Amino acid sequence: MIKEFLNCISLYTIPVILLVILIYALFKKVSIYETFVSGAKEGFKVGVMIIPYLVAILVAIGMFRASGAIDILTALLAPILNKIGMPAELLPLAIIRPLSGSGALGIMAEIASEHGANSFIAKMAAVMVGCSETTFYVLTVYFGSVGITKFRHALWAGLIADIAGILAAVTISNIIFI
Amino acid sequence: MGYIWVFLIVVSIIVAIINGRIQEVTQAIIDNAKLGVEISISLIGIMAFWLGIVKLAEKSGIIKFIAKLVEPITNWLFPEIPKGHSALGNIAMNISANALGVTNAATPIGIKAMQEMQTLNKQKDTATNSMATFLAINTAGFQIVPASVIAILVATGSKNPSEIVGPTILITLFGTIIAIIAVKILQNFFPVKSVGEEND
Repeated sequence: MIKEFLNCISLYTIPVILLVILIYALFKKVSIYETFVSGAKEGFKVGVMIIPYLVAILVAIGMFRASGAIDILTALLAPILNKIGMPAELLPLAIIRPLSGSGALGIMAEIASEHGANSFIAKMAAVMVGCSETTFYVLTVYFGSVGITKFRHALWAGLIADIAGILAAVTISNIIFI
Repeated sequence: MGYIWVFLIVVSIIVAIINGRIQEVTQAIIDNAKLGVEISISLIGIMAFWLGIVKLAEKSGIIKFIAKLVEPITNWLFPEIPKGHSALGNIAMNISANALGVTNAATPIGIKAMQEMQTLNKQKDTATNSMATFLAINTAGFQIVPASVIAILVATGSKNPSEIVGPTILITLFGTIIAIIAVKILQNFFPVKSVGEEND
């Protein structure tokens, strides 16, 4: 029941938004085609604009992952996280989450196929991935698109939110799924 | 950001030397530089489409209408943005689209919101409080439909993938509240450093 409802939402959101915007624009007598094209022109500019920012951050994160630094971080943080009820297998996932969205989904898929999608650990992994965003990517793309290089407190606030999300994910999973 | 970037690279190189993974790290530079360009280029199409649609929404007045609708919340969250400004409408649409799991549409709309906030920004290379608040909320990732996670659970044979929805809503709501509190406190400790007149 809930599943069908959610499928419905993700399936119909885009078509419904499109219909509403187009019909309303028609009703308001906006010159639709010209307006669309003039907005769409921006797309190329934005895409090219974010290249240097995205290359900078993805190279740094890629190097960090390839160096094995995450294993060292995992070893350092393991004793603390064991205390709050996070299984050791999920630690790399928690560290990857703010750095790389596809990386996090990859690790989650690995965990789900290794332990079974119905296992406690796979459910906790799923909640951990769903509970936060790829902070570094979001900040890079959004700030990059307007040429901002001084983020001030934005990164720290984002990371605090990530940590809060991960801790909440562990706590709630331990209550609901066990 | 500069310090974190340098930190990531320096730590990577030192750890790679200790671990004997220099080859992999060097390869990662090449692969990820390419990936950065590929992602940017592949975004252009969908970006163009949604920026076109958003322009329509803007011209017909829907964005202003949404901005008006969310005024009670946004006035408090983004006091620097003038009332009824279309940046507020775009911010609301971006957060809603993200919550519904339509990231494809959310990113271009969010970028539009950033562009509009940038027009109000006096120091073009530095984030404003409004931008930081917007992105803190964005990175906290409030979600009603965690589409990609459910897709993986289904693919790996989960019996009841939608059971993660309830916890996800609850936890991202909590994360969002923490993000707002954090950003509002932190903004007092990170003043905008003003530079000379010559930098426009």
